[in-house]
Amino acid sequence: MRFYEFEARKIVELAGIPVTEYGFCTTAEQARKAAETIGGPVVVKSQVLSGGRMKAGGVKFAETPDEAAEHAEAILKLEINGQMPRGVLVDPKAEVKQEYYAGVVWDGTAKRPLMLFSDIGGIDIEEVAEKHPDHVGRGHLSNLLPISDFEAKQTIAATGVTGSQLNRATQVLARLARLFRDNDMILAEINPLAELTDGSFVALDAHMEMENEAVGRQKALLRRQLEIAADDTREPYEPSAFERNVAAIDAADHRGVIQGRDHGFQGNLGLVIGAGGGSLTLTDAVRSQGGKPANYSEIGGNPSVAKACGLAKQVLEKDGVEKIAVMMSIVSNTRVDIVARGVIKACLELGRDPGEAIAIFRIPGAWEEEGFKILERYGVEYCDRSVSIWEAAGRAVAKIQGTPA
Amino acid sequence: MPKQLDKVFIDVEVDASVAADGALAAKLEEVCPVDIFKAAEGGVEVVEGNLDECVLCNLCVDAAPEGAVRVVKLYER
Repeated sequence: MRFYEFEARKIVELAGIPVTEYGFCTTAEQARKAAETIGGPVVVKSQVLSGGRMKAGGVKFAETPDEAAEHAEAILKLEINGQMPRGVLVDPKAEVKQEYYAGVVWDGTAKRPLMLFSDIGGIDIEEVAEKHPDHVGRGHLSNLLPISDFEAKQTIAATGVTGSQLNRATQVLARLARLFRDNDMILAEINPLAELTDGSFVALDAHMEMENEAVGRQKALLRRQLEIAADDTREPYEPSAFERNVAAIDAADHRGVIQGRDHGFQGNLGLVIGAGGGSLTLTDAVRSQGGKPANYSEIGGNPSVAKACGLAKQVLEKDGVEKIAVMMSIVSNTRVDIVARGVIKACLELGRDPGEAIAIFRIPGAWEEEGFKILERYGVEYCDRSVSIWEAAGRAVAKIQGTPA
Repeated sequence: MPKQLDKVFIDVEVDASVAADGALAAKLEEVCPVDIFKAAEGGVEVVEGNLDECVLCNLCVDAAPEGAVRVVKLYER
């Protein structure tokens, strides 16, 4: 789950990390008042869940409250990467001596949190790591043991920071590491972490992402402290008609589970796929062999015929879809005959010949003999577990490309 | 608007001799996990929209007198 900057700043503040006095505003008038309260020059920043705000004109500097209100008015109407802003953040234009980077990310390979620190802040840490690797300190943390300040200090010291800067930055990084673990984050980043002219350290910008699976147990933070509504799911983009329709079909029938995504997919091979991680593997298998998926989907848990039919119809009706591949990775309890009925019915209801529209059917598992009888009756090419998912995906790709498998 | 097809894969035949039996109709409605049977005023009513959901459990066949209810796999014809 992603957080807006104003929420990330609040999380940082709750963890005891100093931040500048900022105001979250949803109107130009509120922005004017926030700028008056702050006093002096301010920066007005669009609150969208997207990068590239500066380039898109979503970050503007103002010398006076009136100017801040003007900028807020414009920014509140400005769409950035398909998103309208939730509001604007009015922040003082800080007198910065030096910018640093402090972050904690989940290291999926090591399966532990990883602290990162750099004495070069304000730009992407990836860029710093590439161009100035000696300016990036790293340190893994335990998932269980208490986080000690010395671990943060070692990470910072590796970048050459010493003296009072080292001591002050240590407090920030250690607190950031604790908030990362306590709040089930997958990313907690302060960039830039600014050293002001008076020597104090403040977080000028923060970026936080929480593990989706942890949302249920972080209600105290999400609902009470950040006042985020339960239905505010923070999807990275607006669901397409395909995605909404598939979700509605799934919600209307308790039997089994279907999901569908088509963001970023524009291919000609529709995928009706699933089973224990099978969807990702099958999508990869199709792409690796030159296929162009039209969507991603998941089907399993013994859906009804109507549900399997509903998903297949949605996939078949997508623009550009020529054929569908119906595949699962492993032997599961999802009944082969029920899914076979569903996908064939989808073809028939759309006036398509199942034998032509279904490039391949590979679902091994319960009631497969019954399923194979149905598939044979309608002339659908099928295979059992003796054909690997790689090979099945390859046959589907070959069929849609008109080349021999 | 795409059409909706019923009875593509499965049909259920209820013998005329028991079709008006209210007690049997109630029993079939109770045992069928996918709501193919409805106990109507005139006895057993088959809900055509649910026929293809049949999971071939044969609970209806077992609940009725021998041979009175038959589940037909249309794809085997």
